Amino acid sequence: MTRIGSRRGAEYARILATGARRPDRIVTNDEICEVLDSSDQWIRERTGIITRRFAAPGETVVDLAAPAAQQAIERAGLAPADVDAVLVATSTHMVSMPSAAALTAARIGAGQATTFDLSTACAGFTHGVAVANDLIRGGSARHVLLVGVDRMTDVIDPRDRGSAMIFGDGAGAAVIGPSDTPGIGPTIWGGDADQWEALYQTASWTEYRDAVQAGGEPDWPVLTMMGPKIFRWAVWQMADVARKALEAAEVDVADLAAFVPHQANIRIIDQMAKQLKVPEHVVVARDVVDAGNTTAGSIPLALDRVVTEGQVPSGGLALLIGFGAGLSYSAQVVALP
Amino acid sequence: MAHTQDEILAGLAELVAEETGIPAGDVQLEKSFTDDLDIDSLSMMTIVVNAQDKFDVEIPDEAVGGLKTVQDAVSYISNAETAKA
Repeated sequence: MTRIGSRRGAEYARILATGARRPDRIVTNDEICEVLDSSDQWIRERTGIITRRFAAPGETVVDLAAPAAQQAIERAGLAPADVDAVLVATSTHMVSMPSAAALTAARIGAGQATTFDLSTACAGFTHGVAVANDLIRGGSARHVLLVGVDRMTDVIDPRDRGSAMIFGDGAGAAVIGPSDTPGIGPTIWGGDADQWEALYQTASWTEYRDAVQAGGEPDWPVLTMMGPKIFRWAVWQMADVARKALEAAEVDVADLAAFVPHQANIRIIDQMAKQLKVPEHVVVARDVVDAGNTTAGSIPLALDRVVTEGQVPSGGLALLIGFGAGLSYSAQVVALP
Repeated sequence: MAHTQDEILAGLAELVAEETGIPAGDVQLEKSFTDDLDIDSLSMMTIVVNAQDKFDVEIPDEAVGGLKTVQDAVSYISNAETAKA
């Protein structure tokens, strides 16, 4: 019988470069409180967020993704034609087809690439790192462009004290490519899908349409979440996931240069760092303070900041962990570009 | 071994002080966590998780909303310890 041929890719993969696109408009807590019944102090105490960025009207996730992607490709010393696969992690691409990845690829001149989106909310980027690593090592791609992007302002209720002050818009990107040394550790990932109701969209787009067609004035579907429940899951269960990612990579927490968790809320970040006993010399990403929670954008934006502000050495190790709606999570140790 | 109500109160007061800086002496049975002690929902969750470890009992998410006063929490932990014994 004829045996199917197979191929292998690079021995290892690593992040070659990062890029970012932060929307121009900075939104203060006072501006949020023009609609939300809250205060600057209340928001700072509960979330650590001082400002966030909002995309301009009509500025889509593709508009945000493209400049972040171009920056990452340039920094990697590559051309768009060198990219074999474009993966976009997002939950706020407002058309079903084509994918945000296809539109981003077309926009940046990487139309030849394989394109697909990943819909795992705040775990999207770290899921994407796992997929990119496997694509490269499995021989399915040589250079993968991974973008995490969300325009959360489309799906939040500005009057909801449980969410309105937390979220922002933005895109972060990474180019992942072949490496002679291990640059991406084993991914620890999984879910707790029985708890999906802890964070979900209040209605589907078709339910909204049907209600409008029936003559009603339905509320726009928005994200709703059970904050304290998510907080408990995110801190204590995700700390266990983070420990497993360190163990799988055979890296001690003291050997990290940076800890870059999903930028959900400063209270989650600080409590998780405490649970993990992250030492003082490890840079803990706190991009949330002026970026808000940008869902799939949060980890690559925070990572880009840690790298570009020179807080960590190239080749230093960072622990990434994404977690959120699904519930879903993923974590891995990576070498910094 | 099950703790007395006074021991649970003292242990809980320590956890509240550690999380919020509120003096342990201010954590009294009749006090409301939110209205009197001004403890927010995330700090409350932290106190609950630490209380689970300290007293070796389960306090599920669903139960946390029902813990309005310090007495509610002390009773919950005491009952959970009794049920386990």
